[in-house]
Amino acid sequence: MDDGINSYMTGPDEQGRFGLFGGRFVSETLMPLILELEQRYEFAKTDPSFWAEMDDLWKHYVGRPSPLYFAPRLTEHLGGAKVYFKRDELNHTGAHKINNVLGQIILARRMGKTRIIAETGAGQHGVATATVCAKFGLECVVYMGAHDVERQAPNVFRMRLLGAKVVPVTSGRGTLKDAMNDALRDWVTNVRDTFYCIGTVAGPHPYPAMVRDFQSIIGKEVRWQLEEQEGKGRLPDTVVAAIGGGSNAMGLFFPFLDDPSVNIIGVEAGGKGVDDRMQHCASLTGGRPGVLHGNRTYLLQDPDGQILEGFSISAGLDYPGIGPEHAWLHDTGRAEYVSITDAEALEAFQLSCKLEGIIPALEPSHALAHVMKIAPKLPREHIIVMNMCGRGDKDIFTVAKHLGFDMKV
Amino acid sequence: MPALQTRIDRCFARLRAEGSKAFVAYIMGGDPDPATSLAVMKGLPDAGVDIIELGMPFTDPMADGPTIQLAGQRALDAGMTMDKVLDMVRAFRQSDDRTPIVLMGYYNPIYARGVDRFLADAKAAGIDGLIVVDLPPEEDEELCLPAQAAGLNFIRLATPTTDAKRLPRVLQNTSGFVYYVSITGITGAATAQAANVAPEVARIKAATDLPVIVGFGINTPNAAHDIAAIADGCVVGSAIVKDIGAGKPVADVLANVSALAAGAHRA
Repeated sequence: MDDGINSYMTGPDEQGRFGLFGGRFVSETLMPLILELEQRYEFAKTDPSFWAEMDDLWKHYVGRPSPLYFAPRLTEHLGGAKVYFKRDELNHTGAHKINNVLGQIILARRMGKTRIIAETGAGQHGVATATVCAKFGLECVVYMGAHDVERQAPNVFRMRLLGAKVVPVTSGRGTLKDAMNDALRDWVTNVRDTFYCIGTVAGPHPYPAMVRDFQSIIGKEVRWQLEEQEGKGRLPDTVVAAIGGGSNAMGLFFPFLDDPSVNIIGVEAGGKGVDDRMQHCASLTGGRPGVLHGNRTYLLQDPDGQILEGFSISAGLDYPGIGPEHAWLHDTGRAEYVSITDAEALEAFQLSCKLEGIIPALEPSHALAHVMKIAPKLPREHIIVMNMCGRGDKDIFTVAKHLGFDMKV
Repeated sequence: MPALQTRIDRCFARLRAEGSKAFVAYIMGGDPDPATSLAVMKGLPDAGVDIIELGMPFTDPMADGPTIQLAGQRALDAGMTMDKVLDMVRAFRQSDDRTPIVLMGYYNPIYARGVDRFLADAKAAGIDGLIVVDLPPEEDEELCLPAQAAGLNFIRLATPTTDAKRLPRVLQNTSGFVYYVSITGITGAATAQAANVAPEVARIKAATDLPVIVGFGINTPNAAHDIAAIADGCVVGSAIVKDIGAGKPVADVLANVSALAAGAHRA
């Protein structure tokens, strides 16, 4: 059925679908809001002044372009493919999240919205949102699962320092998906002045496409940066990124979707292993299609369609769904999706620290763990670009606990 | 749409003939456990309920406030499933073939079962209509159109954000009645004000011949009266579910339902 695809870069269609996936599964109250958002985004997308504002802030506030770094000792250690890191962990606020937040908040300001709401899991999207709201003097409310508020205390404090109100979510099981539910409940209540800044490539159309477009700066930079270092016309042979909702991965993958020579690999959080105990967050490898949070995508769910909790050492990958475009890329076979366990990610975390002097977040540690599996079997001229989408400062407590290191000095 | 002759249509024909407003009661299927929930359901018609909205529990009820969220969790914790919701309806139908039953909930449990299978099972169990919160007109091909073809009413929500331009689209494939959501917000939160709701109901009634029933934010007999007076009837959910959640005996739950129904019927 998908043999006729001429381009993988034209989606979504007018209904916001990527094949079967995506769509606008929201209550009637929100429907006029997302239609307005779509219209305003479609306008902004082709408005040079919008992108001029983005480029200026990306450069002077975020620190873009982020470097594309050849990792020599890791490459030597693995003994195969040449490994590059796209250093999005060097962005202001420490992860790729701010790429998207800037775009949405510039759009919100143009729409005259004065109040910004967001959901957050590990707190990276919440911190990025609070940061940009502080910069523009906007009211900011961040919904965060009560469980995550407890285990991500430093990020909660950061958000509060930045002037945001952090609302601990106790409904449901008090995790990221419940935070998203409560953000949607807030939006449905405060429809006039509020803009919902979603942190990943999920939610009702136009969010998956809009967030992808803002994050695509990652892949676009990789294209010219690799040419600069490896010669004109040189594309990566393989691109690898970690996936929770999948925004950093979509940002890296999207500009390469129509280059058939580029292998695309998404790495899901395998938790304690992708099996029937369901202690993982691998929606594509361990879930099936369903409808949640405004879109149809692969979800972790029971046979009755009740949503299951994800499980991962990384709070940023702890989501039972995945962006609909990934679901489509999976089903069409354009991208490959694999999973990595907590234990493998922890090993990769340590290797990056020791060999490259880079403390990675646990999210990209999953991507790195997969690079460690494939690089040794690939020839030396094969180039892998991995998205180092966040830094590990936020994770050192979790890692210390798992390595049995007592942080009390 | 072709005129469907469901229990809902017959119910409104009867109410019109009597000059009475409709009182619609919502309970969560299986809350706090399947047996108690069925006992409450069976008592609703005698308490004055014209139409029963039966909630299908879902882990992620994005349009619901804490009261109904907790009800869904209690039901799921008590082992409620879609099969058991259908069992409840079958059991109810053994003694009542008249009162319309509308299933209300979210799309994923229906999608997980398979739309065709769900519609066949729902129809066979004695369900008359569906309200699925996360299926706006833009997604009509998913369930709305197949449901109408299967002889089930698909009842659409209209809201304060449904503007004049959008209203015809919302009404287009709606049948049975129109459910006007009186507030922007979630169930059981703000209180509906009849003075604000009246012009909105009039706006919708000018665009459709279907009955317009108002829900969200109605929690006392007086509020039921005031809202029913400016519409074709009203829905009460959280105020009933709250009693069930507090562990009140079935008779007490039903006594409150009677008071609410009397309020609506006075209108």
